[in-house]
Amino acid sequence: MIPAAFEYVRADSADAAIAALAEHGDDAKLLAGGMSLIPLMKLRLATPTVLVDLGRVTDLSYVRDGGDHVAIGALTRHRDLETSDLLATACPALRGVAAEVGDNQVRHRGTLGGSVAHGDPASDLPAVLLALDATLVARGSGGTRAIPAADFFHGFLETALAPDELLTEIQVPKAAGGWNYQKFNRRAQDWAIVGALAVRNGSTRVALVNMGATPVRARAVEAALAAGASAADAAAVAAEGTEAPADLNGSSEYREHLARVLVRRALEAAGL
Amino acid sequence: MQISITVNGVAQTHDVEPRTLLVQYLREASGLTGTKIGCDTSSCGACTVLFDGESVKSCTMFAAQADGGTVTTIEGLAPSSDEMHAVQQAFHEEHGLQCGFCTAGMVMAAAGFLAENPDPTEREVRLGLEGNLCRCTGYHNIVQAVLSAAKKLQGAR
Repeated sequence: MIPAAFEYVRADSADAAIAALAEHGDDAKLLAGGMSLIPLMKLRLATPTVLVDLGRVTDLSYVRDGGDHVAIGALTRHRDLETSDLLATACPALRGVAAEVGDNQVRHRGTLGGSVAHGDPASDLPAVLLALDATLVARGSGGTRAIPAADFFHGFLETALAPDELLTEIQVPKAAGGWNYQKFNRRAQDWAIVGALAVRNGSTRVALVNMGATPVRARAVEAALAAGASAADAAAVAAEGTEAPADLNGSSEYREHLARVLVRRALEAAGL
Repeated sequence: MQISITVNGVAQTHDVEPRTLLVQYLREASGLTGTKIGCDTSSCGACTVLFDGESVKSCTMFAAQADGGTVTTIEGLAPSSDEMHAVQQAFHEEHGLQCGFCTAGMVMAAAGFLAENPDPTEREVRLGLEGNLCRCTGYHNIVQAVLSAAKKLQGAR
């Protein structure tokens, strides 16, 4: 399958990428690792007329200690997250969930920023950013702004990013407590049919993958835990407030069942 | 657009359309048909090659993204024409293939994996090859072959 023809622009800096976006507007699409975009282009579900390749913007690939948070360049690959010594101590949940994305080949190319900016509710990593209240830094022709993870995901493949904005950094609060991610799929490499993440960082935070048009926090579970409920009792309300999709992999009801089971397992494995 | 890629140690320059996928480039411009197109949706791993030493699915990468880089395909893995790479040798000895369609991708994925994890457990090998499908379901011997290659490569160190 061959994508529709496009004009290829290679950006050698973040500024060059933003200038290209400003010039081409809605017709342009940013290419990071390409693990989500290229399959869509091959199916011609995405047909950008200008593709701005960020592959040479190497200064947006880093994992740095930012004091109370870890600062991660948007073009940092999953492979670099799953092997990061800093994340092993400062945010093991992010490191561990990165290792669950796709397969080795995908993790060698795919980036954190690309995954987040794509806005797919079945992606694994947005769950970590939501659960830990990460901050996403975007830069556009109008300047730089910080977007809380809770305000970033707007809908299926829709985010808060403006057409001329580039996601540059993701700031994830340090969280060294217990965590667990339950990813349910039929083949090892597949997207989650449902995923459930529990992270203990002071309070216990729970996020769900593929239980709506965006990744979501399981607020009812968190509230139940805060009120003293057991893991099993709290998990029973895991599907509250969700709008689980129905597709070939399962009905909404099946996903709601999975959410309850996976949240219980995640909470128990995280030490609750 | 003009791109230059070092493929199996040989510098090559070609004019390509930007939408040319790396696997097309390798098979059609470089004439290296050992790399297979299987699912064409980045699921099966038959198109796996090494890009700058790391395994990638060449059906889900534009040739333009590899410009200036180094690609190793199954044709370039063996050290010489009369000596196989340890992973190839192990697939031969352990009968790590049936129909052979997934083999080039499996061997490249395994070679890349062992470079990152030279002493893996069986479970790590299975996880390391999760991006490669064998429709003959001959996984057992493939995993044995990778474990055997790991031992050989360690012995050679």
